[in-house]
Amino acid sequence: MLMNHFWFLDHAWLIPLIPAISYAVILLFGKRYGERAAWIGLASIGSAWVLALGTVVQWISHVNDSEGAEARGVVQSIGGMVRNIRLAAESKLHVEPIIHSTTWFQNNGFKLNVGIQIDGLAVMMLFVVTTISLLVHFYSTEYLKGDRRFNHYYAALSLFSASMLFLVVASSTLQLLAGWELVGLCSFMLIGHWWEEKPNSNAALKAFLTTRTGDIGLLTGVIMTFFVVQKYATMAGGKGTGSFDIMKVNEAAIGLGEHGGSKSLLFWCAAALLLAIMGKSGQFPLHTWLPDAMAGPTPVSALIHAATMVVAGVYLGARVYPIFYQGFHIAGGTINPMAAIGGATVIIGAGLAFVQNDIKKVLAYSTISQLGYMVMALGVGAWTAAIFHLFTHAFFKANLFLGAGSVSHSGANHSFDMKHDMGGLRKYMPKTFITFMIGTAALIGIPFTAGFFSKDEILAVAGENNFTFFKYLGLVGAVMTACYMTRCVYLTFFGEYRGGHADAHGAGHDVGHDVGHDTHAYVSDDHATPIHDDHAAHAAHDLHDAHDDHGHHGPHESNFPILAPLFFLSFMSIASGYLLSPMLKIEKFALWVEPHFGDDKHFNVFEPGVFKAIDPILAVAAGVVGMLLAYAFYWKKAYGENITERNGALRAGKNFLVNKYYLDVLYTDIIVGGVKGPIAQAAYWVNQNVIDNVLRYTGKGAAGAAQFVYKYIDQKGVDGVYNGSASGAGALGGLARKLQTGRVQLYAFTVLFGLGAIALLLVIFN
Amino acid sequence: MLLNQFLLLSAFLFGTGIYGVITRKHTVLVLASVELMLVAVNINMVAFGATLNNAVGQVFALFVLTIAAAEVGVGLAIVLLIYRNLRSANPDDASVLKG
Repeated sequence: MLMNHFWFLDHAWLIPLIPAISYAVILLFGKRYGERAAWIGLASIGSAWVLALGTVVQWISHVNDSEGAEARGVVQSIGGMVRNIRLAAESKLHVEPIIHSTTWFQNNGFKLNVGIQIDGLAVMMLFVVTTISLLVHFYSTEYLKGDRRFNHYYAALSLFSASMLFLVVASSTLQLLAGWELVGLCSFMLIGHWWEEKPNSNAALKAFLTTRTGDIGLLTGVIMTFFVVQKYATMAGGKGTGSFDIMKVNEAAIGLGEHGGSKSLLFWCAAALLLAIMGKSGQFPLHTWLPDAMAGPTPVSALIHAATMVVAGVYLGARVYPIFYQGFHIAGGTINPMAAIGGATVIIGAGLAFVQNDIKKVLAYSTISQLGYMVMALGVGAWTAAIFHLFTHAFFKANLFLGAGSVSHSGANHSFDMKHDMGGLRKYMPKTFITFMIGTAALIGIPFTAGFFSKDEILAVAGENNFTFFKYLGLVGAVMTACYMTRCVYLTFFGEYRGGHADAHGAGHDVGHDVGHDTHAYVSDDHATPIHDDHAAHAAHDLHDAHDDHGHHGPHESNFPILAPLFFLSFMSIASGYLLSPMLKIEKFALWVEPHFGDDKHFNVFEPGVFKAIDPILAVAAGVVGMLLAYAFYWKKAYGENITERNGALRAGKNFLVNKYYLDVLYTDIIVGGVKGPIAQAAYWVNQNVIDNVLRYTGKGAAGAAQFVYKYIDQKGVDGVYNGSASGAGALGGLARKLQTGRVQLYAFTVLFGLGAIALLLVIFN
Repeated sequence: MLLNQFLLLSAFLFGTGIYGVITRKHTVLVLASVELMLVAVNINMVAFGATLNNAVGQVFALFVLTIAAAEVGVGLAIVLLIYRNLRSANPDDASVLKG
């Protein structure tokens, strides 16, 4: 082979670069190609995907080589297979990451390096991000067909992928910060893609501003990482130069934690970074932007929720994990801020998912809840489990979102409202139904799907590390997940079709055009619900009705560009789980992704949990209980219709949930309003009483003075001067006019004459 | 002395240039005379540079050459426009700005 074993790993910087170039190309030349510009984006992300696959293959063989060399000795002495390879991995320092960096600038001994840091974690993320992004690009060619800003959409999609990939390969925390902000910007652009409608642009602003709140934490935290390194270097007796390099930061955090240096610095650094994670990864109480972000096109939601925006927070947590591990004393304690926030988010997100009528919002809240699991896992010292859950969640959540998009796109009226426009869709779109069911099964954690393995892993390790409370919190979350997902599936795919013209025809989708159009008119009048995807592009859609056979008639199955990603993701929703399972004695994932944090022999966060039969049984029981509850409550209506309307306590609970725990009220009315109200009042008072009086008396004095000035100085003095000088200038001008003959050569002669005169004067007086 | 001869030559060229600028009745010739003046200045620069053993003189001469090239470009464009508008290249005909 021409390429050596590390070619892809060494050239990983190409992966973010290619989509970045595609962004510029689409933006500059996209108009020329119309909708074919999508293929530029598709080609760029496709080649990035191939490169990412290359890094995966080379990294795995690299790990296997070094582990194999190490494991042989142990296997000889002890015998046995899998367990010992893991022991070998523990006894040895982990596989070193591949770092290529260059000094951007240096100042007084301090070097700011930028570059790439490729290790198992980065490789895994590269794979996930490029895969999901590729599928979303492909899916969007159909989903966004006819959109008025089609090129703009693809350009933003390319930049979105590029910035996330840039964040993933970053070798310094400053680079992380830059990628982080770019990701935030792109999500702003894409959530507000249909900005003509006010709610959409509001949602984009809300997403941007809420994550900005967290970004304050990131900026502070990143600056503090510099001082963490500095402190550690000083302690070791060196010159004490700080650094932003991730490797050095991790090393310093471990060192400071273990040698008892400066715990408070580490704590505050961890707290600041936790704030950043809360903002980006939608943790309670900064999760409120995430459901509103559903205003964007559905493929974007899939991208945001599965691969890019929200997992950036979890990725940050995993990247500089030693800071949290030491800062929050995760090793010894039974509770810490990170686990508490994650645990609270699991329950709170799941609770909100119950009362949503919008299928995308159900999924959005479930994402919040699942992100809660990941942050909680990081908080309880289950690093590998957290990353594994991120990995599997990416596939099944993208599957669910794209499935929801398929339901809406091919549905009668491009709506996401489960209660009014869905129901019984199983018959109309069987393929979407199957893929959605697989995604749901993975989310609930039905045995032998990906979610089952990853969620179990989190709960098992939480139990092992003595975080018993969080283990049971996770189980409660699992019950709730099963419950609301069953409700969602029931409302969407089972029962009778409640959309516009269920009565007009039975099954099949070949409705006459006239019927379809009548229905369409009726539906759009009826429709004041917040989110449906075609809105801004309504005009465009009418246009594409004309030439496309899929218009606004009855719900029907989607076509290839939408179904292909769904099938692939459903496959991954099951298959991705088989990389890590203590139950089946598979521990490949842990081996491949575990990073090297420096002197980390005291870290046992990379170990997969030890298999105990009780864990999966509990988890499955939780899922079954949840599904049964939902079955009884929503499906069979065990308590009759509308129990929440009749029972006072339940109604209060529902209202509490419908109002999203009143958090939006807290933010908009109490905090913003509170700041706005009293301050505005005070400002008004000052304005009326102080400033006005000052102005009044100043005004009176000024008026008197002005009278005097006008009469004596202005009218007589100033006017006289002006009139005089004007007539003087007029007379002089009359004289000077005579010189302007308009003959260039005469001017030249005059200049020469003048110069001669000056020269003569100089000669005489010098 | 050698410098003197250069200065004399340069003064002669400069004078010729001035004479041309003032008296010629064709704009292109006026431009050519301007060039002559610039060349005269250049000779001065190089001569002084050589005598004082200072490279700055020659550097300046190069600058002057560059700017002269640019100036000719602009000048010829102006001449062309004048000719197009007035059907004449006589500088005396371009007297619209007469006071």
